Amino acid sequence: MSPVNYVYLAALLFTIGAVGVLVRRNAIVVFMCVELMLNAANLTLVAFSRIHGNLDGQIMAFFVMVVAAAEVVVGLAIIVMVYRSRHSASVDDASLMKL
Amino acid sequence: MESLIGLLVGFPLLGAAVLLCGGKRLDRTGHWLGVLLAGASFVVGAVLFSDMLGKNADERALHQHLFSWVPVESFQADVAFQLDQLAMTFVLLITGVGTLIHIYSVGYMEHDERRRRFFGYLNLFLAAMLLLVLADNYLLLYVGWEGVGLASYLLIGFWQHKPSAAVAAKKAFLVNRVGDAGLAIAIFLMFTTFGSFAFAPVLSNATEGGEGKLTAIGLVLLLAACGKSAQVPLQSWLGDAMEGPTPVSALIHAATMVTAGVYLITRSGAIFNAAPDAQTAVVVVGAVTLLFGAIVGCAKDDIKKALAGSTMSQIGYMVLAAGLGPIGYAFAIMHLVTHGFFKAGLFLGAGSVMHGMNDEVDMRKYGGLRKYMPVTFVTFGLGYLAIIGFPGLSGFFSKDQIIEAAFAKGGTQGWILGAVTLLGAAITAYYMTRVMLMTFFGDERWRRPGQESAEPHPHESPRSMTVPMIVLAFGSVFAGGLFKVGDSFVHWLEPVTQFEHGHSPLSASVVTGATVVTMLIGVGAAWLQYGRRPVPVTAPRGSLLTRAARRDLLQDDINDIALVKPGEYLTRGLVYVDNKVVDGVVNGTAATFGGLSGRTRRLQNGFVRSYAVSMFGGAAVLVAATLLMRAV
Repeated sequence: MSPVNYVYLAALLFTIGAVGVLVRRNAIVVFMCVELMLNAANLTLVAFSRIHGNLDGQIMAFFVMVVAAAEVVVGLAIIVMVYRSRHSASVDDASLMKL
Repeated sequence: MESLIGLLVGFPLLGAAVLLCGGKRLDRTGHWLGVLLAGASFVVGAVLFSDMLGKNADERALHQHLFSWVPVESFQADVAFQLDQLAMTFVLLITGVGTLIHIYSVGYMEHDERRRRFFGYLNLFLAAMLLLVLADNYLLLYVGWEGVGLASYLLIGFWQHKPSAAVAAKKAFLVNRVGDAGLAIAIFLMFTTFGSFAFAPVLSNATEGGEGKLTAIGLVLLLAACGKSAQVPLQSWLGDAMEGPTPVSALIHAATMVTAGVYLITRSGAIFNAAPDAQTAVVVVGAVTLLFGAIVGCAKDDIKKALAGSTMSQIGYMVLAAGLGPIGYAFAIMHLVTHGFFKAGLFLGAGSVMHGMNDEVDMRKYGGLRKYMPVTFVTFGLGYLAIIGFPGLSGFFSKDQIIEAAFAKGGTQGWILGAVTLLGAAITAYYMTRVMLMTFFGDERWRRPGQESAEPHPHESPRSMTVPMIVLAFGSVFAGGLFKVGDSFVHWLEPVTQFEHGHSPLSASVVTGATVVTMLIGVGAAWLQYGRRPVPVTAPRGSLLTRAARRDLLQDDINDIALVKPGEYLTRGLVYVDNKVVDGVVNGTAATFGGLSGRTRRLQNGFVRSYAVSMFGGAAVLVAATLLMRAV
């Protein structure tokens, strides 16, 4: 199977993730969609690494995973705190940052 | 001896500092401290004077260098004093008459709760004036000059609760400011021309300056003198300055302030001698003011304002004499000193009259006061005889000399000036006789039949007020004769001011005769009008000239039309431009950006998902642009 297909899959996953971020209100789901987009990007990196026959992309993918793990920790903590203070996980309810 | 000079200024300055900073605990004794320090300054002056008399004429000038004020390469400003014969004359006049006025004020201001402050200001006035006459360079002179302006402002507006006094003080200060600008420019010009502003280098090299520059310096110096000495066209503050307490008027008119202009011109004699055009201007100013003040003095019913007109006129004599050059300087100063005696006496007398008349100043409500105030009457009367130039008294000798010198100017100018000074002498006799008759003779117009309780009770003033008046009366009688004996005064001043005998086309005895005759004509005319007939209590309408003179010959109206109104229009125009144009640009810019940001602000709606849309949109645009660039 041609590695290009992985790129197509990655594009599809990224689109799903992006649409999810834009249309869903639940913060957990939005967060999962963000993760989906990150993983789509990772998939692209790995696919191109395979196509070009070097390891740069794979190394990059590891970095992304580490950063994503850290981000999950911080992001989930924020979501939990927001939920505790306003009993809702909807991103539209946290709209105080405006004039 | 040199080291004593600083004390002359130091004593009154110390008094001013202590009295103004000392607070309430000095309220009971502060005035005596003021008198004491003024007197101490006089004693120091007298010691220096006796020392000076013992030396040769050429070695009399003393110098004291206190410290370098601004030592910058070619710009050397020193705080240094110079006590020569001219300065000595002024020192004795200022401290002597000043001390007498201090003593008088103790009685006059007895019931004023701000008396301590008043004495502080009086001391400050003396200190500033002494600094002015003792300075050995024009910059230090300027410091004293400004100090005099400040002190006069504080004293004229001393009764600041009266709006008229506050306005008068402001007026005096502002008009003086015009003259001060003249002195500042003169100092600039001197520095660029001679590279210095100390008396010695400027005055000894005066002739090297070139006539054009010297004329310019002379004219701005004249402007300065006009401001301080209340000469036309900067005379308008003097009449209003009568709002101050009477001792202040006496101090301003006799010992300090108005004499500063005459001092400045005499001191700068070397410059004026080398600039005939500037000298002519000085003479013209003096002659015009001489008549101007005299005419104003004739029409005023306010006793102090009549005396103010008289001061203006007498200072006009001095300025005229100073403008005549070496034939006149000594006489200008001589008249200044004798005038200091009799004008201080007259003002203190006027204050004494007001003191006994419930502060009434309208002479039409006086009359017949000689019975009630004998001491005031006699001292005022002697001052009166002195100022009109009654033979044998001070004013006669000094004024007669000036009239003679005016004739000696030569040519048509000499005749015109001689005629003007003679005419001035006649008018002086007229208005002073009028003051005398309206105040001390005639009916008792202050009586109010039917309401005796509202009448004033004229009475003689306390000893502290009459003693200075008596001393000044002695000066008014004898000073002139003393100066005249062997021309002692002229010889005294000669090393400083130079002296040339003027060659009058008329012999001295003819001029003296003419002076006496014109004086008698003036007295006679006044007697016909105010002595023989009763004086109406309300002023008659009077002729056009009388009405104009009552309004100070329209000086305020002219200033109003020529200066105040255009200034007002200019201000209004500038305010309009500022409000509409300048503010318009600023406000318009602010409004534009305000509106724009109001619109932009809507983008910030607080919804995370809408921000996410913009991010994706932005990212998409970037990607599209990148692809497009590659395709191209």
